[in-house]
Amino acid sequence: MGFFNNMKNRLTGRTHSVTDKFRDGLSKTRHSLAEQMNNLVKKYRRVDEDFFDELEELLIESDVGMTTVMDLVDRLKDEARTRNIKETALLKDVIIEVLSDFLIRSKEDTELNLNPSGLSVILLVGVNGAGKTTTIGKLANRLKSEGKSVLLAAADTFRAGAIDQLQVWGDRTGIDVIKHQEGSDPASVVFDALQAAKSRKTDVLLCDTAGRLQNKVNLMKELEKIKRVITRECPGAPHEVLLVLDATTGQNALNQAKLFRQASEVTGIVLTKLDGTAKGGIVLAIRNELDIPVKLVGLGEQLNDLQTFDADAFLYGLFSEWFQSEDGADPESLN
Amino acid sequence: MAFESLSDRLQATMKRIRGRGKVSEADVKQMTREIRLALLEADVNFKVVKKFVKSIQERAVGQEVLKSLTPGQQVIKVVQEELTDLMGGTQTKINFALKPPTVLLFVGLQGAGKTTSAAKLAYYIRKTHNKNPLMIAADIYRPAAIKQLQTLGGQLNIPVFSLGDKVSPVEIVRQGMEQARANHHDLVLIDTAGRLHIDEGLMDELEQIKEVSHPDEVFLVVDAMTGQDAVNVATAFNDRLSLTGVVMTKLDGDTRGGAALSIRSVTGTPIKFVGMGEKMDALEPFHPDRMASRILGMGDVLSLIEKAQATIDEEKARDMQQKLLSVTFTLDDFLEQIGQVRNMGPLEDLLAMMPGANRFKGMKNMQVDEKKIDQIQAIIRSMTPGEKTDPDIINASRKKRIALGSGTSVADVNRLLKQFKDMKKMMKQFMGKGKKRNPFNLPFMQ
Repeated sequence: MGFFNNMKNRLTGRTHSVTDKFRDGLSKTRHSLAEQMNNLVKKYRRVDEDFFDELEELLIESDVGMTTVMDLVDRLKDEARTRNIKETALLKDVIIEVLSDFLIRSKEDTELNLNPSGLSVILLVGVNGAGKTTTIGKLANRLKSEGKSVLLAAADTFRAGAIDQLQVWGDRTGIDVIKHQEGSDPASVVFDALQAAKSRKTDVLLCDTAGRLQNKVNLMKELEKIKRVITRECPGAPHEVLLVLDATTGQNALNQAKLFRQASEVTGIVLTKLDGTAKGGIVLAIRNELDIPVKLVGLGEQLNDLQTFDADAFLYGLFSEWFQSEDGADPESLN
Repeated sequence: MAFESLSDRLQATMKRIRGRGKVSEADVKQMTREIRLALLEADVNFKVVKKFVKSIQERAVGQEVLKSLTPGQQVIKVVQEELTDLMGGTQTKINFALKPPTVLLFVGLQGAGKTTSAAKLAYYIRKTHNKNPLMIAADIYRPAAIKQLQTLGGQLNIPVFSLGDKVSPVEIVRQGMEQARANHHDLVLIDTAGRLHIDEGLMDELEQIKEVSHPDEVFLVVDAMTGQDAVNVATAFNDRLSLTGVVMTKLDGDTRGGAALSIRSVTGTPIKFVGMGEKMDALEPFHPDRMASRILGMGDVLSLIEKAQATIDEEKARDMQQKLLSVTFTLDDFLEQIGQVRNMGPLEDLLAMMPGANRFKGMKNMQVDEKKIDQIQAIIRSMTPGEKTDPDIINASRKKRIALGSGTSVADVNRLLKQFKDMKKMMKQFMGKGKKRNPFNLPFMQ
């Protein structure tokens, strides 16, 4: 099994903790997706139209979305034909390979783009309830543990209790929060935070923003303004604009990605709550239709459960049974 | 939207077979494929779609095509009726306890909108049923969740019971219930922490909260943007807590909200309320027929009509129509019209509710600039009564004065005057020859 082994080799280069995190975090997801795929392979044995139809249904159920499902299945059919694969069991390898191909389009870095010398500004945007503030808390903790000095800007001045929520994260991680009154202009909070970050020579400034639905024109304009202020005060910034996306979201996520990108040039996606039974298939659709990379994933409620997205580890997390059953060897034992 | 609305697509499919008296099996098959796609794009759960399409097929084949409808429309009608039925037919009301207090328990995933919904509903029921509510803050896990509920309670002047975040939620609810009885609150709303439906420990906690509070309603709060997993979430919560209703949030977004259909058809739990915005009064009873249209991408014309009826004084409307026809439409009338339309809510929402709104080329991605409307209103208000009735008398020096008075430029005044003139001309055409042109091309639309 060429591709499995290739990926295993790539994975052995990684630490246990990363692959374990993905495996544990995705255990619920795995049971629904990989198990169903296994059943499918057992049920059909031979690669035919019925098999692909049911595979299509399985992907739809993972929120992959019709357009991308059709692209994926077409690709699989092509591969099966050209490689002359007749047994479904042998197609597993191809399925992983094609999925991996869809996830890692270009070889770009999923690492955060940070300014090596001087201040980096990261702006977090998204709809209401996606998990922006929690993500900031976790991200701040992570950056701090990497030895960076961090500052938080409480620019969600709209939602009741949002500033306090960020302050709690600030207290937990021992990081200062720049804040104004509830209801004040978010751009001015960001402005003040930028001045503070500059004078303190902070490494990373994380800006929280209020949740907004992407079809609210005025709120999207507000976001444009925040971003303008950042760029004006700190040329080259923001270094990252991260769209925080709830993994349970359906096809509306595409609209979110499209409109938030229009307003604030989103550079990456943070996929939160991936430890639910949500399958996060929408990531494939966003990748396929909009080509925005996933940079971080939230795999649990603990402070250190925010992980850099790793497509190999993600697929391994989803299909770890397959990897183990292929030749009886656990990737762990390869380490 | 990647796809046009279902009705557009169905019309296209049906073009070839128009004029037939009956809907044939082959027609239906072709159309059900479109329906299936539309429902999946709207995030209706896959299994629900399968079942639904099958029942449509059975119902639609052999149906007489009504004279007034094309076969495509006929099928849509069947689909919409069926969808409406599936979502419960009529709207449902709150179960009030015979012996107060009435207790409402809010549960759901993280970030669904439980706290906001609880506060909105407390406000709504106090207004519609004249109740004296108490809200219990039982989310001790998310940072500042209690503070959030307290802030909202403060805004609405509704008391919040809290024991901080160091006491177990079950104990908080138990003591909160005692206080509610002691203080004669006849309505209690319990806000709980968001949790994954697969988290056994936290689901147990909810069961205990239910036991000590004996709720009359257990509301599952669901984000309208939820994808295929909505079914699993609702099923899990329903199995543990026997839900009595669903509150669907964030429906003011551009999601089609297929999750509503999935949840209803899999658990049988009715959707009772929908969240339509961030303001505390943005909560509405659920209308299955409107949701059906929305899922199908048909626009929400009923809501629009209702909004218009509630807001525009009919008398005035008739007057206005008369004026339009007689072309004595003045800037004053225009100002009034803008005011009335604005009273109905954000213009964009209104446009989105009109079916076929995206069929007009110019309207598809049209954005309404509310600021521009403010500007127009300011300009007109800076005119003298004489100028408003007869804009032709406005010369250069008057223009300068108006611009100064409204805080705009002469160019803005010119633009408005020209657009007003064009509009009048167009209306004349529109009324007179019945020429088909976009009548919605008002100056503030881009």
